[in-house]
Parts: sequence; structure tokens; C-alpha cells
Amino acid sequence: MSEENCEITLTVNGEILTKIVKVRQHLVDFLRLELGLTGSHLGCEHGICGACSVRVDGSVVRGCLMLAVQADGTDVMTIEGLTETGEISDLQKHFVDRNALQCGFCTPGMLMTLAELLRKSKPSSRAEIREHISGNYCRCTGYHAIVDAVETTINDRLGDN
Amino acid sequence: MDKNPSLNLLDRPNSYIGRSLSREGAKRAVAGRGRYTDDISLPRMLHAAFVRSPYAHAKILAVNVDEARQQPEVALIMTGKELREMCTGPWIGTLTSFEGMKSAPQYPMAVERACWQGEPVVMIVASTRAVAEDAAELVVIDYEELPVTADKETALDAESSVIHPELGDNLAFRKTIDCGDVEKAVAEADVVIEETFEFGRHTAVSLETRALLADYEPTDGHLTIYTSSQVPHMIQAVFARTLGVAEHKVRIIAPDIGGSFGLKIHTYGDEVATTAASIKLGRPVKFIADRLESFLTDIHARENRVWGRIAVSKEGEIKSLEIDVLSAAGAYSQFPRTSVFEANQILNITGGPYKHKHYRAKAEVVYLNKVPTSQYRAVGHPIGNSVGEALVDRAAEACGIDALEIRRLNVMEDDQYPRISAAGINMQDMSHQQCLEQLAKNMNYNALRLEQDKFRKEGIQRGIGIAAFIKGTAPGPAGYYGTGGAPIASQDACTIKLEPSGGVICLVGVTDQGQGVDTVMGQIAASAMGIPIESVRVIEGDTDAVPYGGGTYASRATAIGGEATYQAALLLRSEILSIAGALLQAEANTLDIVNGNVVNKADETFRISLSEIGRIGHFQVAELPNHIQPTLSATYRFRLQDALYIFTNGIQGAYVEVDTDTGFIKLLNHWVVEDCGRVISPQLADEQVRGGCVQGIGGALYEECVYNETAQLQNGTLADYLTPMAGEMPDINVYHIETPTSLSELGAKGVGESGTGAAPAALMNAVNDALRPFNSYVTDQPMTPETILQALGKV
Repeated sequence: MSEENCEITLTVNGEILTKIVKVRQHLVDFLRLELGLTGSHLGCEHGICGACSVRVDGSVVRGCLMLAVQADGTDVMTIEGLTETGEISDLQKHFVDRNALQCGFCTPGMLMTLAELLRKSKPSSRAEIREHISGNYCRCTGYHAIVDAVETTINDRLGDN
Repeated sequence: MDKNPSLNLLDRPNSYIGRSLSREGAKRAVAGRGRYTDDISLPRMLHAAFVRSPYAHAKILAVNVDEARQQPEVALIMTGKELREMCTGPWIGTLTSFEGMKSAPQYPMAVERACWQGEPVVMIVASTRAVAEDAAELVVIDYEELPVTADKETALDAESSVIHPELGDNLAFRKTIDCGDVEKAVAEADVVIEETFEFGRHTAVSLETRALLADYEPTDGHLTIYTSSQVPHMIQAVFARTLGVAEHKVRIIAPDIGGSFGLKIHTYGDEVATTAASIKLGRPVKFIADRLESFLTDIHARENRVWGRIAVSKEGEIKSLEIDVLSAAGAYSQFPRTSVFEANQILNITGGPYKHKHYRAKAEVVYLNKVPTSQYRAVGHPIGNSVGEALVDRAAEACGIDALEIRRLNVMEDDQYPRISAAGINMQDMSHQQCLEQLAKNMNYNALRLEQDKFRKEGIQRGIGIAAFIKGTAPGPAGYYGTGGAPIASQDACTIKLEPSGGVICLVGVTDQGQGVDTVMGQIAASAMGIPIESVRVIEGDTDAVPYGGGTYASRATAIGGEATYQAALLLRSEILSIAGALLQAEANTLDIVNGNVVNKADETFRISLSEIGRIGHFQVAELPNHIQPTLSATYRFRLQDALYIFTNGIQGAYVEVDTDTGFIKLLNHWVVEDCGRVISPQLADEQVRGGCVQGIGGALYEECVYNETAQLQNGTLADYLTPMAGEMPDINVYHIETPTSLSELGAKGVGESGTGAAPAALMNAVNDALRPFNSYVTDQPMTPETILQALGKV
């Protein structure tokens, strides 16, 4: 490898991949440009907006603040993969039913972040939901409908248990 | 016989009007399957990056691109001068409808002079954005710094540098309104209050930045542009005319749009340059603005200083209102929509809900060495409403009258329309009184006042703010753009077609950016046709497919495009019934369409399905008598006649707590009662209002493009330019009063900007209500903690 390129092996949405990547390429550019996973979005590329949120080894990270080479050996999950697992299919349905998105550009990152909240053992209050997504910028909804959709999901899950 | 079938269609039990349906686009978006401009890649695609002026005002002495040009994988380097050679002429951002307005000629990239920090100077086109940016760093430009005009307050002073000497001064536009006799009203009034207000410069901050992918086909001269735009036909006209391509050979496709808010109704030089590169190279070229570029080049808005004076009787009757507006534009007036609408709208709408007869208003718009300003969600309204409503509150305080009561005394009566406001605006179909009483009920106003008193005794400062408002929506052709000479349609159209399958395709000129325009058009078409919503597909955002229209801006999509869709669907319905009549040997007017089938009107007995009509009309036309030649499609164009806008009205309430030690404001609750006429899709309308409110709140509390004295932007990142996030925002209670507009049969008015237009006014009044025990007033937005502490005399 040259000093500009590096070989990495990682799991993306359950599939093991080996790729040669530019060492300066961040994770979301890698996912979008090299793998065609365009569900992860870039809103600021400086770690504020949360549109690029993806799951790496079980934790939500800002895909724009992590280099692709840092993902070597990790297990990466994007909105496409998370959708296929069905882990948040109820949340996704409530987002649609409650119109908890308009332009939809923040939505994949928002859902990745919320998936983490829904894994908590204790149900969250509206204030806690708001706090949890305070690193995800949405210009369209004003957040109220998002909080409603999450709250409904939490209540439904409690009802099912 | 059915004399008014339209009303019946809308009010039928199986009508989709007034029902909340989910959006198809939402289903794709939650699965990560949205398709935004940057998600589209084409074979041999290149990427553009720009070298931008680091100075707010500088002469370009020399541009050296030699080293950049030698970099591997660099396909093209173009200077502003080279781009000028490809342009048919400069832009001049004036409209003849703004009398006396002036602006300097502007090319898409700076030619001899850069007039704001961030103006594009050199374009690099390369295999990837990263390679293009690497090469951009090797471009060497010699600048000679020129004097900078950075402050609107001194822009017209003789000592200030005139940005464009050929204009004589830095004045873009001046307008006055003088109605009645303000001097007399002031002399006779019991209470006269004046105040000066400052509003910071904002920008839209859509999460998806500006994005464009141009694909020129050199063999036949066709140009396809994928772009994150609200106004495909305007982009077609402006890009074609600027670059000398035949308009009918230009196809604009607006795929999924990641937020727009007025930001994406404008023309940007870097996007034209990218298109020019595609024409020059015969290859697709993509440009995606990064966040830093967005802050430096997206249109800005709102920077205004407004002095206002209100005169009232001791009983609280508003006698007169006066305002004097100084509005800061950028280095050029934005082409082709101009940079003077904000000031113009402030003049139109300030004090708009009230009955006073005497009104005097003056606005001056001045050029500064900053990013051009132009229309951004709720143009002018946050400013005009904040000023008018703050003055009404101050008058109420001086008269010892409650804030809700003074509005109750002064709003226009619901049964007194049509009428003309003191600003000369035609008002009709409005409901200030109903909205006000509903707000009092929804807020539980009297109980809230008691709660406020209780907290005040405990040393906790809570405030209640009220703001009545009007909102100009759905502008007509009699007003600004078309009349003023810009290629921007005020009409909009729908072409609707019955397919052989019985499915219905609806092609609309209005566009969707996530509001649910496509869902709303589907609801209207299905209701008018009498078919299930699943049978309708709405197509928008492609100039090769849809009839010519204005797109989506100024809360016009449902009001204008919706009426076009409604009338087109009625025409197609009528044709289907004629064909059915011929086939069934029945009078068409004895037939009806219910749930996708032609039935007997009298008893709804099934006669023939729409799929059968579609099959016969397309494939078995021989079964029809010779005098019937089915078109199975209809186009309808709708425009407002005479009216400048469809004005809407409403009122907002805010409840806040101010920490007088830290200056922090906590938003406790927020209420909106508004009248957008007939509500087509209640949940979508609610969410427009909620999102709009939060955008207004952002401007009122956090957002400001901060410049230093040399017009260098100080906060061009999302870490430094604060936007509202979930943790600080309240839930928002929304209620609709429905007074259908008499200007269309559908009766829908615009709803997309009402939240943004008045939320800052309600919030500022609430903050000042909280500060009342201290005799302190905040008059500047954003109302930062520092602003609050300054008002309290603590810093």
C-alpha cells in the first residue's frame, strides 16, 4: 500500500468486505461512494448535525468524524442494514404515520440515534427523548412529531411486554 | 340537478379532503432509500470545487492556475472571466415592479472584482471532489483589497465606499407608504410609544446543502440538470438564458430535496458555473456545497433595523402606526427575485391585523459587501410582526390593558370583509376574532395569568406573549415577478390522465420538498374524480413531464397548484362521464363516479369501471361513436385574478421562563391558531406550522450570521451558528380555523410560513412580559442570554 491508501477488512450490514481505501476518506464517504450506501447523509462534515450517524460495534458514531481506515476490523451498521434487520420497523412505521419527517434528510441519522435509545431497559420521558436526539439537527419538523412517534413506539413496546 | 358538484365532491363522506394520509416519500426516507441529488451518479461524472474570495471586497489582479492545471485528474479550470465568455450577458437583479430599484450587473463568478467573502472566483473540475479541492489549493490569486462597506447604518454616508460606483450610492431601493394622517393621529393620541428594533442576519441552513448535477449531451444539445430546487421551470429559464441554450432543450429534475425554505428558489453562480463546465466538457459535472460554502454563499435574510411608533387612545384603540426600515442586502440584488422583498413585505404586513386608519412606512434597502440576501421562509413577516406586536404590547401596558384584550379591541372584525388595510392590502375571508377567542381557550389564558402571578411571587419570572398576524401567501401575477419581468410563473398547472388500467396520473407544476405536496395533490385529485387514492400517482419535479409552473414558493403549492389539480380532475371526470354516457346510452348527468366506478347518480348502482373506460378509450375506441374522440386527459391552469396574495391570518401564544441571573430563556409552551382556509390534510398542515414555528424560534433566540467590521463571517459552521435542537424546543399546540378563500373553489390558502412569521413576535412579547417587573425591554433578535442581561443592566 502507498501512504495514501490502506487495505481494510470490516463488516458492513452483516457482509464482510475487504477494500482498499484512501487513508483520508471518512467513513460516510466510504459508505456512500465506495459501497453505494446513500442512506447515510452528510449535513455538515464537522460532527454537529448528526445526519451521518451510523452504528459501529454497537455504538452510534458520527460517520464524518471517523476515517474509513479506523473502521478496519469493526462491525458497521447503516440505516439500510438496520432496516433489513427489522429492529426498528415499529419506529419507522410510527415515523411515517405521525409524519415525523418532512424532507427526510435527517431521518436516517435520527433513526440510528433513536435505535440506541430504544435499546435502553427503562422507558424514556418526552424530555429524555428530546435530550437524546439533541445532537441530531432537523430543520423541518420542529421535533414535536418525532417525539410523538418515539413515545408511541415506547408505549407500544411496553404494551406488548 | 346537481348545481354545484364541486362542493358536493369535497364534502362527500368518502372524500379525502380533511383526512390525514401518510406520505409515500416518507416510507422511502425512513428506510434510507431517499434519492437526493448527491445520491445520483452518472458515468464519467466529474466534480466541481471553487476557489472563493477570502476578502469581502477586492480587485482581482492576477489569477495563476498553472500548477493546479498540471495536477493529475483535473479536467477543467475556469476563471470568472472565462465563464463570462460563455454567458449571454450579466444578471441584473431588479424587477420593474419595484420602481426606482437599482442593482449592478453580475456574472456567475467574480470577473475583475470580488464583492463578498465567498464569491466564487475560480472553478476546478476533477475526478473527485477531493482532487478538485487539492488543485484549488494550488491556485494563486493576487488581490488588491478595496474598502469594505460592512455596516448598514453607515452604508449611505458620504464617507462609505460605494460598492458599485456606477450606481452612484449604496441604495438599492426606497419605498414609502403614507395612508391617512399620522401626524394628526399622533397629536391627538393619549399614548404614543416609539422604539427601535434590531434583527440579525439569518440563513436557511437546510440540512441538505445546495446540490446540482449537470449533464450536457453535446451531440444533440440537450442539457439535463438534477438539482435540489423548489422551482424547476425558473431554473430551466434562467440557466438556459444565461448560458445560451434553448430553453426547450433543458430538462430540470428535482429529485428528493433535503429541505429548502426559500433557499432553493434562487440562482447561484457556482451552480451555473458547474453547468457551464458540463457544456464545455460534454460530461456530467456535480457540485455539492459543503457546510462552510453554504454559510458563505446561500442567500441570507432578515438583517433589518426598524424604528416604530404607535399612537393609541387611553381606552387602547390603535390610532396610527409608523415604521422606518433599514434593510441590509448583500453586494448585489439577487437575480431574478431581488433582495428587496423583505423590506417590501415588512411595509405590507406590519400592524396588518388591526383596524387603524393611519399608517406611514418607509424602507431603504442598502448594499453591503456581504452575501446577497433574498427570500427565506416567511419573508419580512418575522420582522414586521415582531415590531407591530411589540408596539401593541407596549401600548397595552401604558394603557393598563391586558395584552389579549387590546388585540380583542383592535383586530379587524370577522364580518367586515372585504376591506383594505391601512397599508393598502386587500383583505378578505379572515377570522382574527375567532382565532383570538380560540387561542384564549386553548391557552387557558386567564388561568395561565394566575399561574404567572403565583410564580412571580416566588421570584420566578415567567412571561406570556401574544402575537396576532397576517401572512401573504400564494402571490398572484398582478404583483411582482411576471409583471416585473422575471421568468417566474405565478400561475400553476396540472395535467391529469386516465391510463388504460384505470389508474390516474397527475402531473403538477408545484413541487414537493417533504411538505407532502404530492400527497395533497393526490387527495384533491382522488376526491374530485371519485376514485380511491391508491389509483392516483402524482408526478412533480421534472420539467420534461409536468406542465409549466412556478414550483413551490411563498406558500403557494396547495392554494394555487391545488386548485389547478382540482379543476383538471373535474374536467377529466366530466369527460369520463361523457364517454360512459355514450357507452351506456345514458345521459352523462345521470351518472357519477364513486370509488373508481361509474355508477347511477340516483342509487349508486354500478355501471362501468374506470379501467373499462380506460381500456375502451385507449384500445377499443371503435366501440365509441365517431363524434367522441377521447383525450382522457385534461390540463388546467390556475392563477389568482386581481388579488396580490391570498392573505391568511392567525395568532400565536408563547409561554416562557427567563432566568434573570443567566439570561437563559426556557420555552414552556407555544400555541398557534391559524386560518389557512380549507385544510386538505390536517396532519401535514399541523406539521408545517410546528416546523415553521421552530424555524422562527431559532431566529428569535439563536441564529445570526455574525460579521466583523471587514465583513468577514465569524461563525460559518454549525458549531458556531446555533440552530434549534430538540432539547430546547417546546411541544407546539396547533389549531385551525377554516375560512375558505373565496378566490378559488377549493378554498385552500397557504400554510407553510405562518409558524415562522409570528413565532418570533410571540416569543419576544413573552420575554418582555417576563421582564416587566424590572422595567426592562428586549428589542433585538436573536434574544441571546447576553441581550437579556444587557436589558436587565447586568452586563
